[in-house]
Amino acid sequence: MTKEKFDAIVVGAGMSGNAATYTMASRGLKVLQLERGEYPGSKNVQGAIMYASMLEEIIPDFRNDAPLERHLVEQRFWIMDDTSHTGMHYRSDDFNEVMPNRYTIIRAQFDKWLSGKVREAGGTVLCETTATELAWDGSGKAIGVRTDRSGDAVLADVVVLAEGVNGLLGTRAGLREMPKPQNVALAVKELHFLPEEVIAQRFGLTGDEGCVIEAGGTISRGMAGLGFVYTNKESISLGIGCLISNFAETMERPYALLDAFKRHPSIQPLIAGSEVKEYAAHLIPEGGFNAIPRLCGNGWVVVGDAAQLNNAVHREGSNLAMASGRMAGEAISIIKSRGGLMDKASLSLYKTMLDKSFVVEDLSKHKDMPSLLHTNSPNFFTTYPQLISHAAQNFVRVDGTPKIEREIAATAAFIKARSRWGLVSDAVRLATAWR
Amino acid sequence: MKTAIAERIEDKLYQNRYLVDSGRPHITVRPHRSPSLNLLALTRVCPAKCYELNQTGQVEVTADGCMECGTCRVLCGANGDVEWNYPRGGFGVLFKFG
Repeated sequence: MTKEKFDAIVVGAGMSGNAATYTMASRGLKVLQLERGEYPGSKNVQGAIMYASMLEEIIPDFRNDAPLERHLVEQRFWIMDDTSHTGMHYRSDDFNEVMPNRYTIIRAQFDKWLSGKVREAGGTVLCETTATELAWDGSGKAIGVRTDRSGDAVLADVVVLAEGVNGLLGTRAGLREMPKPQNVALAVKELHFLPEEVIAQRFGLTGDEGCVIEAGGTISRGMAGLGFVYTNKESISLGIGCLISNFAETMERPYALLDAFKRHPSIQPLIAGSEVKEYAAHLIPEGGFNAIPRLCGNGWVVVGDAAQLNNAVHREGSNLAMASGRMAGEAISIIKSRGGLMDKASLSLYKTMLDKSFVVEDLSKHKDMPSLLHTNSPNFFTTYPQLISHAAQNFVRVDGTPKIEREIAATAAFIKARSRWGLVSDAVRLATAWR
Repeated sequence: MKTAIAERIEDKLYQNRYLVDSGRPHITVRPHRSPSLNLLALTRVCPAKCYELNQTGQVEVTADGCMECGTCRVLCGANGDVEWNYPRGGFGVLFKFG
């Protein structure tokens, strides 16, 4: 491989890697980006919802040519039991704005587009190249990356590890631990194709309007997990994810869970007649603030999913990836312009920027939520959804039973299932973790 | 009407594109007499059903349909039951949509 030395090597061409490479290349740095897939995007999996403001900070006019599916005007939160869903829907015409806030995207297409911008900015993108390990000098500074292309390391002043949730370079070098089973969710999803007008009709959409459903309840069979249904232009992304520790305890088959979700009477009519064109699986970091590893060291920084930067409560990940990649790129560019060394002390500028941003603010806000949901998953994902469904049905079904009897029965069901003390304690713990 | 419900994992994987690196599997299982609980769990938890129990009670992996999610790495990488690598550049699953 090439003997030239780069200002920076970026490992990975996902959201964080592309953001970092674009940021540095557009500021004149000589950047090499390594991607193991055939093309950028071919290894990347997401739901996927893309939040505009984090991309605007990198490519302000992205709406001109980015492959966007639908802008979201409606969000449905569903609590499901085996035959019902109780929903909270929010739909607003305010989301039909000139510069919409959220879009559904298809990652393989989106990442290919973003990689085109990286190349235009002057970044060198090398695909079909798997990085195998970091190269170090005698003083313990990362000086480059070894790949499966040749034995010699490719050299750079700094390495940006944007290697995703399964980042091998960082764990191999002992920079961070392998994610714990209780800190990562396994999500499986399918892409269901339907004619555009059928999707519009079923979800009540006009033009490029989109709708997403996030659903929790008995669909995860007592595990901490969520299902989702996202509308794309001519397809529906549908999936379900649960913590790996829960999968290992229950021995549930992920694809059986997905099929049961698809057969649910509330979901089935939405995808009836569709043609499935892909089945994907991916891990999602769920450990939150407490799972964030060391973010920088001598000659390296870590960004995106590799750094566990994912907001499980708000289902945000790719925006945190983009923001962290951008900040790493900015920090490195600043250090470079000052003629500074890429050592731990100077690279901590990246950590300072991240700490001050929404990324760490938001993750720190919900830092107790992951462990709460993990330890109480049967209550939150089975017992309460069933109780809520029964209460809702009690409220709407009319059969001559006096209302007061129905209300007493509904309240009694909650107390019987969780006890008065249990209800109060669940509410307090949930509120505390949220706050 | 076409049915949207594919019941068999083989049918699901059939939708996907792969470039299999023949003879160079990226995942190997450490030889064992009887599998650990986590290794045994992979026979059910692996979303591509790559892991199966053979007739003499050992867990074997066939990684051709692997989607490189890393579930087996998280469950069995730390204890050494499974050695997990990425496929060589260009090989493995090729997501059309992701």
